[in-house]
Amino acid sequence: MPGVRVLVGTRKGAFVLTSDVGRQSWRVDGPHFAGWEMYHLKGSPVDPDRIWASQTSAWFGQVVHRSDDGGRSWETVGNDFRYAGDVGTHQWYDGTPHPWEFARVWHLEPSLTDRDTVYAGVEDAALFTSTDAGRTWVELDGLRHHGTGAQWQPGAGGMCLHTVLLHPTDEQRMWVAVSAAGAFRTDDGGASWRPVNKGLRSGEIPDEDSEVGHCVHRIALHPSRPDVLFMQKHWDVMRSDDGGDSWHEVSGDLPTDFGFPIDVHAHEPDTVYVVPITSDSLHYPPDGRLRVYRSRTGGGEWEPLTRGLPQEHCYVNVLRDAMSVDRLDECGVYFGTTGGSVYCSPDGGDSWREVVRDLPAVLSVEAQTLP
Amino acid sequence: MTLVRIVLPYHLRALAKVDGEVAVDAAAPTARGVLDALEAVHPALRGTMRDPATGRRRAFVRFFACEQDLSHDDLDAPLPDAVARGEEPFLVVGAMAGG
Repeated sequence: MPGVRVLVGTRKGAFVLTSDVGRQSWRVDGPHFAGWEMYHLKGSPVDPDRIWASQTSAWFGQVVHRSDDGGRSWETVGNDFRYAGDVGTHQWYDGTPHPWEFARVWHLEPSLTDRDTVYAGVEDAALFTSTDAGRTWVELDGLRHHGTGAQWQPGAGGMCLHTVLLHPTDEQRMWVAVSAAGAFRTDDGGASWRPVNKGLRSGEIPDEDSEVGHCVHRIALHPSRPDVLFMQKHWDVMRSDDGGDSWHEVSGDLPTDFGFPIDVHAHEPDTVYVVPITSDSLHYPPDGRLRVYRSRTGGGEWEPLTRGLPQEHCYVNVLRDAMSVDRLDECGVYFGTTGGSVYCSPDGGDSWREVVRDLPAVLSVEAQTLP
Repeated sequence: MTLVRIVLPYHLRALAKVDGEVAVDAAAPTARGVLDALEAVHPALRGTMRDPATGRRRAFVRFFACEQDLSHDDLDAPLPDAVARGEEPFLVVGAMAGG
């Protein structure tokens, strides 16, 4: 039956929300993997019933699961993430060289064309891929070894590769983002990489427009126009019109340009969504009012979306992977909060409803549009 | 071969889809022999007790048996006779966390 499946990763398990195309009545299944941190779940665009899940724990390490029946059952797949070649070092908090150490998978990005291929962005920052349905993982180590890796430094949340963007038609091109190193692009399928941070300015680093060192929080694109990228940086909402070669700021009239997620409307390439957060010191919405901001002009001009969202005493955060859109005719927008609520707007952001509340803190939200 | 009884913590029992104790035939009556046998029978547990790259015990995983903490022993050290004879279980324990 056509509809939507929303995959929700939380601090204490995963939840699967399903609805028909009306998106008014929801079924909530879970917790799956109860008690484990579920950093990210995402379905294959080739086979929506194939879903990948990153399960992690300070006690028991990293586990990766795969479902082939839309999340009803799961099997564990490979979890051996070994850095390729010379492990090397990055900068530690005290400025000393520190060997790369695998901690967890932050983000799983399934291939757009092959159901058995998936990418994993991990902490300490690196990109891995599996081409055998998750049984084995190989690092695309050209990223760490392209030349600036030794300068990368963790942010307070660790040094994580959290964003993997695949070009919709050119399999050789992809982008990744690393906190706190910046954005990087490959044009040869992951063999070689280069920083694409020109135009970013970050007041938190000694050289504001350094080649690397920027705390990029999230990047998004619309598949019909893949040279246009939108970025939520630590501070600043940015836009590139040349595939990341250069960036310019489009924060415009936002009340604050600090935030984590950013996403693009499924059918309108110039309609962009962000969730402004007060500041880097105050990770909650300004004035205790939870507002999504929408630009219909590709940035610069923004409007607050409040209908159905709490407008007083709201002090939650929305994390970088916790916003998503569906591809139904009237685009649905979804996000989850650290307060355990998941919101849905079935009308492109005009109105919102709380699908579920009081879950553990939400780490990730991915919407799947089911045929 | 040595038949060893193992008690797993809640999350690892869930991951392995088992209830209660697990018994495995270990090639050697050592922690490494027991863990290798356990992971062979339950591949879902690979990497959860020992780091895959280094083979070292994870920091928040402990190994107890016969009222002793064996966590800092060499993985190839012989386990207590009572464990090797199957009279006492080998306990895999998640470290306590408060807060």
